[in-house]
Amino acid sequence: MAKTMKHVDAVCVGVGWAGSIMARELTKAGLTVVGLERGAFRTPGENFVLPTVRDELKYRLRLDAMLDTSIETVTARHNPDEVALPMRRWETYAMGDGLGGNGLHWNGITWRFSPSEFVLRSHLTQRYGKNAIPAEMTIQDWGVTYDDLEPYYDKFEKLCGVSGKAGNLKGQIVEGGNPFEGPRSSEYPNKPLILSQGGIIFMKAAKSLGYKPFPTPASNSSAPYTNPEGLTIGQCQYCGHCEFFGCEANAKASPNVCLLPVLLRDPKFELRTDAYVARLDYDKRAKKVKGVVYIDRRTGEEVTQPADLVILTAYPFNNVLLLRLAGIGEPYDPHTGKGVVGKNYCYQTVGGVTFFIEDEINPWIGTGTSAASIDEFQADNFDHGGLGFFGGGYICVSGSGGRPIQVRAVPPGTPRWGTAWKAATAQWYNHNLTLTTHGCQYAHRANYLDLDPTYRDAIGRPLMRQTFNYRDNDHKMSAYITAKAAEIAKATGAKIVANPQPRTGNFGATNGQATHHTGGAIMGTNPRSSVVNRYLQNWQASNLFVVGGSAYPQNAGHNPTGTIGALSYWSAHAITTQYLKSPGPLVHA
Amino acid sequence: MSQQGIRRRNFLKGAGAAGTAAAAALSGGLAACADSPGAPAAKAATATAEPLLTLNPSEAAFITAAIDTLIPADGLSPAASECGVGVFIDRQLAGAWGNGARLYRDGPFFKGKPEHGYQLALTPRDFFRAGIAAANEWSLKTYGKSFDRLSESEREAALQAMESGKAQFAELSARDFFEALLGITMEGFFADPIYGGNRDKAGWKMVGYPGLPAVYNDAIEKYRGKPYRPAPQSIADFS
Repeated sequence: MAKTMKHVDAVCVGVGWAGSIMARELTKAGLTVVGLERGAFRTPGENFVLPTVRDELKYRLRLDAMLDTSIETVTARHNPDEVALPMRRWETYAMGDGLGGNGLHWNGITWRFSPSEFVLRSHLTQRYGKNAIPAEMTIQDWGVTYDDLEPYYDKFEKLCGVSGKAGNLKGQIVEGGNPFEGPRSSEYPNKPLILSQGGIIFMKAAKSLGYKPFPTPASNSSAPYTNPEGLTIGQCQYCGHCEFFGCEANAKASPNVCLLPVLLRDPKFELRTDAYVARLDYDKRAKKVKGVVYIDRRTGEEVTQPADLVILTAYPFNNVLLLRLAGIGEPYDPHTGKGVVGKNYCYQTVGGVTFFIEDEINPWIGTGTSAASIDEFQADNFDHGGLGFFGGGYICVSGSGGRPIQVRAVPPGTPRWGTAWKAATAQWYNHNLTLTTHGCQYAHRANYLDLDPTYRDAIGRPLMRQTFNYRDNDHKMSAYITAKAAEIAKATGAKIVANPQPRTGNFGATNGQATHHTGGAIMGTNPRSSVVNRYLQNWQASNLFVVGGSAYPQNAGHNPTGTIGALSYWSAHAITTQYLKSPGPLVHA
Repeated sequence: MSQQGIRRRNFLKGAGAAGTAAAAALSGGLAACADSPGAPAAKAATATAEPLLTLNPSEAAFITAAIDTLIPADGLSPAASECGVGVFIDRQLAGAWGNGARLYRDGPFFKGKPEHGYQLALTPRDFFRAGIAAANEWSLKTYGKSFDRLSESEREAALQAMESGKAQFAELSARDFFEALLGITMEGFFADPIYGGNRDKAGWKMVGYPGLPAVYNDAIEKYRGKPYRPAPQSIADFS
């Protein structure tokens, strides 16, 4: 039954942001590329249209655009000595599935990481001393710097038509932008979105406390925009249905809107959807990945796709799974700290504070982005001396469109049902806001990914096992920045400020949080501490590149997508300008 | 008398006709919520009953009694059942989601920590079947009658006991069952009316959510800080 396809120059496993960018850059360089996507073909114009796109039950509660957990899920445990159990349905995060991946139904928040994040270990050591970083905090430098990535951030922002306001143009601090960002070579391609009412209230309160709030950079286009690919992005309609939803206005950047229309016209590119990649065809002796094997979901047939270059552009869990199944790289061992595959799996540490205010908020009017943020408590933008933790996050006003199944806060002490609940909900639905503290999650020795020994996916492979808990650093960091958020909430003149809700206790598979997973196939400066080099090329198999959030040595407080875009362009540039001329390791260990 | 609350509202066809409340249908037809919030609950009496897809009569009686305790009629909205929340729940449980679509159901099954989330082999349909049976068993033991035959204040007390974990069911977690019940009730009250609940957009009217089409690039400045209260529209209004 097995079938082998015609050899191509390169194959991308997963067609989201990373896969689309890699495929586009490689076809531009003249390579033939096949993109394999396990999910369905979908386009915003066909699959996400009015009126049916505005369906909170279907997309937000039943997670229609997300990965089907009956096919594949993740097992979770808090510590290496426990038994992991499967997430039988998504109750916390929810991974994407289908053409465009998570890039189709994200919120559009498009940050650059702070410059210090890329040299985290060196930076903290330099500022706080040799012994400042706790032994269990296994943070590393990335092997690339902000300056290396700047042109690629710029390229990704122009691809997406990001709406925002520069705060640092070539070293000059610009009023109204984020003064803490790294130097930018150019202004954002689109002016900021119109602020929601929540954004205005937040900005005023933050300024009154001496902070410098700015519009959150958003891949929701404030005006019609034609990107460098010649593709047009529509104007945001402020509909409040971004995360978990597709965008009927084509105003939210996605691979499907910003790249795929060009790729799909390119004879050098072939997209195959319903192509569920099962494993890599790895020649261990030759240290070469000869291709990938996938199951065509329409026929059940196993298909081999040979290629000179194999590029893993799937979600971190899947990138790591394929490496582990192929036996590429030494699996990480939390007891010895040796090994690299699965190491430094990181997540996000999110907290918040809700408050109740007289103003009419009209929460359904807005974008999925948070309207405005402050970065004073991000990364190492503040002195951590004596605080007992490192890292931080941004504070923003959240906007989830007032979608009423989920977004209807009531003051503390209100019953959750009955007449008193009804009265409070009717009174406060249009009069509450939440400030979110979107914090980093720094690597910990005991947080990692490996293969589950018990549970399997639909095609018989082990599920990925997440060994993860919030550790001391996360709790302290979240408590600190969430207390700062509460001060801003109070400064709004709110009638009621609920108790701040920093991230406390254990990771819970039932606590709704971001789907921001990173690490497991991290980049770095040497093969003893990383899976891929600074160009995201695997240290063992030089024709294998592993691209995406899986490469982050630890996760920053800013949302991850902007950096996925930048790293994809950075890696593609290294392939097309260096690797193709002389295939082999780009960095010698 | 214990059945008074139910009889008064005529939620169930044939409630009290047998030893346990029996209903072949959930009342609250299309006309039930035709008026603005605060329409008298008795309107349901004239409504067309909806045929049931999966709930059996005693399950339907339980659901109606429970959801109308969670979302009772008052000046802000009719009771949940009159807004089609029972119909919504029946359809959800009868459909793909209710039958375990997208649920990872491979064993082995362990209880795990609460942080592990849902760990049962049961589909949502089966979970509600088991949960309703357990709740009624507990109700019989505690009050001497099934849940739907409790007075309004007893039903409130019973649900509070489940919510707080004071109620102990034989097998299932009373608290988990309560959370599932509250969750699906809120879904039925606030989801787009195409699924059978939120009839006449009663849930949306209660809070002032305008629904569709949600195209606000003109409204965002015009209604800044001001009330924006168009009559809500749903998916069907644009179909």
